Amino acid sequence: MSQVSVEIPPGYQKVFGRPRALSDAPYTYCPGCHHGIIGRLIAEAIDELGIQGRTVGIAPVGCSVFLYRFYRCDFIQAAHGRACAVATGLKRANPDLIVFSYQGDGDLAAIGTAETVHAAARGENFTVIFVNNQIYGMTGGEMAPTTLPGQRTVTTPQGRDVALTGYPLKISEMLAQLDAPAYITRQSVHDARHVQLARKAILKAFRNQLEGKGFSLVEVLATCPTNFRMPPVEAQKWVTEKAMQFFPLGDLKVRDE
Amino acid sequence: MSRVLMRGNEAIAEAAIRAGLKCYFCYPITPQGELVEYMARELPKRGGVFLQAESEVAAINMVYGAAAAGVRTMTSSSSPGISLKQEGISYLAGSRLPCVIVNMMRGGPGLGNIAPAQGDYFQATKGGGHGDYRLIVLAPSTVPEAAQLVMLAFDLADKYRVPAMILGDGMLGQMMEPVELPPPVDPSSIPEKPWALTGAEGREPNVILSFDLSPQGLREMNRVLQDTYREIERSEVRWEEVETADAEIVLVAYGTMGRIAKTVVERAREEGIKAGLLRPITLWPFPYEPLRELAERVPTILTVELSAGQMWEDVRLAVEGRAKTPFYGELGGVVPTPREILSEVKKHVSS
Ligand SMILES: Cc1ncc(C[n+]2csc(CCOP(=O)(O)OP(=O)(O)O)c2C)c(N)n1
Ligand code: SF4
Repeated sequence: MSQVSVEIPPGYQKVFGRPRALSDAPYTYCPGCHHGIIGRLIAEAIDELGIQGRTVGIAPVGCSVFLYRFYRCDFIQAAHGRACAVATGLKRANPDLIVFSYQGDGDLAAIGTAETVHAAARGENFTVIFVNNQIYGMTGGEMAPTTLPGQRTVTTPQGRDVALTGYPLKISEMLAQLDAPAYITRQSVHDARHVQLARKAILKAFRNQLEGKGFSLVEVLATCPTNFRMPPVEAQKWVTEKAMQFFPLGDLKVRDE
Repeated sequence: MSRVLMRGNEAIAEAAIRAGLKCYFCYPITPQGELVEYMARELPKRGGVFLQAESEVAAINMVYGAAAAGVRTMTSSSSPGISLKQEGISYLAGSRLPCVIVNMMRGGPGLGNIAPAQGDYFQATKGGGHGDYRLIVLAPSTVPEAAQLVMLAFDLADKYRVPAMILGDGMLGQMMEPVELPPPVDPSSIPEKPWALTGAEGREPNVILSFDLSPQGLREMNRVLQDTYREIERSEVRWEEVETADAEIVLVAYGTMGRIAKTVVERAREEGIKAGLLRPITLWPFPYEPLRELAERVPTILTVELSAGQMWEDVRLAVEGRAKTPFYGELGGVVPTPREILSEVKKHVSS
């Protein structure tokens, strides 16, 4: 696919277009998946702050493993769960870089819990975008650490039984207890208003890094229509009616100084 | 050159700093504690980053990030910790990121003990992590050689874009010897890294990956790795020979065991036994060719190791039946004395 340039007629103004930080590679996500919206919000933040030339992204293992294709900035792909350790290495080696990791719930809150918690506890000065879709997307819809009680997945075919597998991990609440993090927030992208709120949160998380404030994490509730086995609209309802009961939206920690 | 008395662990740390080390990540484990302590004390003073990670898994992934940023980076550990680093090492190899990993081996398997051992030879030289990859593995037998090989490890890692490992053991780490430390490298002599992640200002984005979902694509990535490994095998084999010219029996031993074997050769010669030693310095690439040549004229090649016979497999691959290949090893961190090895030597020579 190549970018189509349209000439703007006299008297008109371009008010909306593809963010410069986004490449013209087509998304590899399923239709109706929220990964695409969140990815775009990151590109908008990069554009707004004018940091494309010094940004390094970290792609996780998961449905966003191809993230590097979608941006016009340097990228590295990390082992499953290790993005926060890789980000630590990059940022410590070159503090002038703007480093962000993009991770699913399996990546960040199961296999990578230790790396996430300790990077936050150290107050590492980078930005984490945490996509909580309550399921393992890429491997075919298994239980995630964020899967809701009663939720059916391929590894909880009768619904998640809390007596057997416990309760969802509220990692953002956990991280908010730590002294070091600058900003921990939970957002959603299920409607236009919330997309704008999520956009602001992501911008703030990047700005914090520019200002040297330290660890900032934006959790975004998301859908996985494919593995929820629901049409996208129904999947959105799942987020607002079910997921938000367990994962209320809002800022969990804001350290302003 | 400055001549100082140092422990192996400290000499390795100091040599790494002189090699231009910028970022060191670790998780404490015996018997390499002095290396960690030295780095904590010295590296920040000299413009580098010292960071104690939450685990070996995190430490090696921090190395992955720092290597991608284009700086000289290192981690060190001992056997159980090196097991945890294997996933990260496989990613480093797959993504062609240079770094140095120090393994001061201890007794295993499992928690084992903290005594010197050589049970991680397979892990170091045959892969360890998943996939078709190799590490350059350097095995110092003295403290001065350790310092020298650390500097070499950084150069080779950068030259070939591969991770390099220093494979020592607890004895080398604790031993004190006078060392002539080479002067610090001139940073401008370190090769440019145009592939590094420095921000895409004014150029196309750089991307560092160890994956390609298309089999053809991944085959190409693997071919690049294999071509690099063949080049290393042609150019970087290092070994030392002692008294092999007229030898009737040649010992093959590396690291701490190589040092003890040297004493055995001296004592054997005093008793009129024509013994010699081949000491591999690079365990990968292994000195197959020099050993093969020796096997053409030496009737017995005796492998001596602090393991159940891991390097012994490579020795037999090199010799291919041209000579007898007996084995003498110790297990669990027990280090045989020169006298014990000498009596083994005597079993294999006609008097
Ligand atoms: C060490 C390791 N274990 C398991 C996997 C298989 N795996 C790939 S993606 C994934 C789960 C991803 O789920 P999540 O992080 O929630 O991201 P999503 O795909 O939902 O975006 C797993 C288990 C792997 N690649 N590596
Ligand atoms: S499997 Fe789910 S998370 Fe992955 S791209 Fe499809 S909808 Fe999105």
